Amino acid sequence: MKKLMSAGLGLLMASTAAVSHAEDVKIGMITTLSGGGSHLGVDVRDGFMLAMEQADRDNVQVLIQDDARRPDVAKNLANEFIQRENVDILTGIVWSNLAMAVVPSAVRKGTFYLSPNAGPSELAGRLCHENYFNVAWQNDNLHEAMGVHMEKDNVKKPFILAPNYPAGTDGLAGFKRYYKGELAGELYTKLGQTDYAAELAQIRASDAESIYFFLPGGMGISFMKQYQSAGLDLPVYGPAFSFDEIILGAVGDASVGVKNTSQWTHDLENPTNRAFVDSFSKKHGRVPTLYASQGFDTANLILSALDEAHPDDQAAFRKALKAAKFDSVRGDFRFGRNNHPIQDIYVREVVAGDGKPTNRLVGVAVEDIQDAYVEQCKL
Amino acid sequence: MTSLDSTQQSRAKSRPLPAFTREQWVSLILLAGLALAASVAHFAGEPYFVDLASRIAIIALAGVGLNLALGFGGLVSFGHAAFFGLGGYTVSVGAFHAFNMTPILGIDFLPAGSDQMVPLWITAMSVCGVVAWLIGRISLGTSGVYFIMITLAFAQMIYYFAVSWPAYGGEDGLPIYIRNQFYGLDTTNSLVFFGLSFALLLLALGFCQRIMAARFGAALTMARLNPVRLATAGVEPRPIKQVAFVISGMITGLAGALYADLNGFVGPSMLSWHQSGEIMVIVILGGVGRLCGPLAGAILIVLMETFLGGLTEHWQFFLGLIILMVVLFAPGGVMGLLAGRARHA
Amino acid sequence: MTLSLILEQLLNGIQLGTMLFLMASGLTLVFGVMGLINLAHGSFYMTGAFVTAWVAGATGSFWLGLASGALAAAATGAIVEVLVVRRLYRRDHLDQVLATFALILIFSEGTRWLYGSSPLWLNVPESLTGSVTLPGGVSYSIYRLAIILMGVVVAVGLYLMISKTRLGMRIRAGENDREMIGALGVDISTLYTLIFALGAGLAGLAGATIGALQTVQVGMGEPVLILAFVVIVIGGIGSIKGALIGSLLVGVVDTLGRILLPDFFKLFMDASDAAGVGAALASMLIYLLMAIILAFKPHGLFAAND
Repeated sequence: MKKLMSAGLGLLMASTAAVSHAEDVKIGMITTLSGGGSHLGVDVRDGFMLAMEQADRDNVQVLIQDDARRPDVAKNLANEFIQRENVDILTGIVWSNLAMAVVPSAVRKGTFYLSPNAGPSELAGRLCHENYFNVAWQNDNLHEAMGVHMEKDNVKKPFILAPNYPAGTDGLAGFKRYYKGELAGELYTKLGQTDYAAELAQIRASDAESIYFFLPGGMGISFMKQYQSAGLDLPVYGPAFSFDEIILGAVGDASVGVKNTSQWTHDLENPTNRAFVDSFSKKHGRVPTLYASQGFDTANLILSALDEAHPDDQAAFRKALKAAKFDSVRGDFRFGRNNHPIQDIYVREVVAGDGKPTNRLVGVAVEDIQDAYVEQCKL
Repeated sequence: MTSLDSTQQSRAKSRPLPAFTREQWVSLILLAGLALAASVAHFAGEPYFVDLASRIAIIALAGVGLNLALGFGGLVSFGHAAFFGLGGYTVSVGAFHAFNMTPILGIDFLPAGSDQMVPLWITAMSVCGVVAWLIGRISLGTSGVYFIMITLAFAQMIYYFAVSWPAYGGEDGLPIYIRNQFYGLDTTNSLVFFGLSFALLLLALGFCQRIMAARFGAALTMARLNPVRLATAGVEPRPIKQVAFVISGMITGLAGALYADLNGFVGPSMLSWHQSGEIMVIVILGGVGRLCGPLAGAILIVLMETFLGGLTEHWQFFLGLIILMVVLFAPGGVMGLLAGRARHA
Repeated sequence: MTLSLILEQLLNGIQLGTMLFLMASGLTLVFGVMGLINLAHGSFYMTGAFVTAWVAGATGSFWLGLASGALAAAATGAIVEVLVVRRLYRRDHLDQVLATFALILIFSEGTRWLYGSSPLWLNVPESLTGSVTLPGGVSYSIYRLAIILMGVVVAVGLYLMISKTRLGMRIRAGENDREMIGALGVDISTLYTLIFALGAGLAGLAGATIGALQTVQVGMGEPVLILAFVVIVIGGIGSIKGALIGSLLVGVVDTLGRILLPDFFKLFMDASDAAGVGAALASMLIYLLMAIILAFKPHGLFAAND
């Protein structure tokens, strides 16, 4: 024990001796690399690091730590990065509840935070901050886009379901914000539930003509597999979170034909995206997911802003971020007043691919969508 | 039994060897070491390590609470996360309403929360005391594995309630945007916050030492070792256990309250069965039924998390291995290794 | 709510109960005979699912995968028993909880190390896809029916084994008097390894069959483990009969609660709120059931010994 303590003290002394170089920029990445849902964090990291390697700057240092999807761990890591490493920029968090634990106090301490995935409503509205930039989407965006699409396509009587937690209820609220038709039913399931037999029976017993569901991660895999063997044959819709390339591999053919909304897709035609998908696939041996694309965009946005200013010059760096002068893999990209994206959202369809199903772009769901919370933001 | 009050310490000085046992020395060194490490870190300009020391003190405090039920009372509770989480939620709900200036629970005649630590702590302990009393009433009728499982069941109930009740964040949890206040002190200063946590840890240790040295402690020990004999002596074991369980829940709840302010955040994970397991690991790793065992366990776990986590992505694998080795080959825990076997097993 | 919907939900409840029984029977046997409380039982469930997904992916045969999954789980169980668990029988519950908690960490992180963090791909075999129409107009998934059938076979098999075979006799003897059967010259450590491996194999079988319906991912065993503990506590620890009845009770109550509670609250709330409150209460329901049963019967419904 005493030995451990003195080792701790020794390390403490060593770290104070290290003086950071003024020109250098330190980026702290906190993301989920272990535990449930870690494929999201792994892809955010791999996308981000791909952009960093391609830029090959020797004055940018990226520190990566695993939050194990636990808010208290994430919070500790953020403190460690800010207090001990003096990072200029934080990024990487995948989950909204972790972002809510870390972001409000981090940005108030003068650190920049760029979100590569989570977009909780509070951070877009009441708690928006000049140092907080969301490079992915506000959480409701993909749901809203599907609401628009289904309304436009005249899809009738959807049965909608989501887990009983804030992102789930917000998601369905976002969907209903734009879908005005009649619903066949509305269900909230237990978070982390893996058996949907009871829900599927209810859907069959209702007069539903379509299904809209938001069940991220493993929950979506279970749902789709059980949906296939339940003998139901209704058109299925959802946000991209249940249909990334890794989940499609696990679900298999059950997901073919499903339509989902995403702000990015791997067959989107623009030179930046083609180069990104090629180099990512070559390096990692897998097709990138939307999370990888968001990590890639986040890194490129940071790099573009670093060309203009050092984060120590907060006002100039903030301005450079807000200008968003970088080539996004999604094509057009700009920030709204609350530093959340205004962007197009696409509709993709799952098709039988080469060995495993994959997404194919079928159209635009909605153009230039902005989040519903911008009015509450006082920026 | 470790002694912390000054009368016994001064007696130790006049009688050099026998009064101060090896366990007491180890405890003293651990406590002094923690306080010293925090102060050195503060003056070296490393608030991160001060926060780490606060974390150790708070987790140790949660362990001290559980140790009273588990170590001294033999009540193997696998649901102490319920108290840890409730303590945390009380503080953050109070702070949430103080921040928004709305009445608690949305009920008009209730006060608009508070951002003062002391009333929040008292509320947290009261809430945990009431809940522990209720859980104890039902659970203490069972014993052995059934007690382990029924305490787990109650914690799971509260966990699912927190996950699905939207008013206070549900699964997303509830952040505390500004750390709560303690009279004139600057609580955002890491060392001040460490001082508060450390003082409460000392208080709790002193309190446990006192009640275990008193008649209550003797009765509780007997209720664990030989309840029949206690009953024949005219003392009902169940009320004794009930009181120990309530105090235990209140101390763990206080730790939860501090933990919420340290992290600036509470979430349902504070109520999860993994959290119960972790508090239990700290107590057992440190040494069951040793006054400062939870402190030793907390130091070991936090240091391992910090340094193993820096070495490998798969640190939990090695953490598991280490815990397993301790259980198999060092059954007395860290205190058993450092201070020899307990006097009364 | 139609009768056929209720019938279908009952079947769903029974199917969940069957799966819980596969988990709970091993847990309760290990506790009844060896007095061990094993938190790491969910890890065997996970092992079964991962090996099945891996073998089925490599060979293309679900059945080969299923067999190797169950066997691998049993083998893992045997190894764990010999290396670790054997040393815990004489320890108190506290040490057992802590050591098996450590095993969970080792298994979960080790599995992630081996297979990576992405979920694996395992599909329902071709011959069992689709659904059939049962009498009463209920359309039901063939695969889920097969799971129920498998549960019946396992339950009958366990009953026959325990009441008719020499191994079963020893198990019963071990439940009644642990010291005695050692004194009678039975090779007790082999018996213990066998029982532990049997329990692990059943958990592996459960994980493998459920893996095809749900997600094969790290941590998949933990929610099931907690449910299985609820089952054996309700049923009475050590009792196979208690495990069977507890499993069906928990399966049916959980499933029907999820359906009926939101509808119940719709009687006096608006639909959105009712769905939320109903779902919240439904997720607490089985723990409530357990607390109520233990409050009145502190040793469960069919206490074997304690």
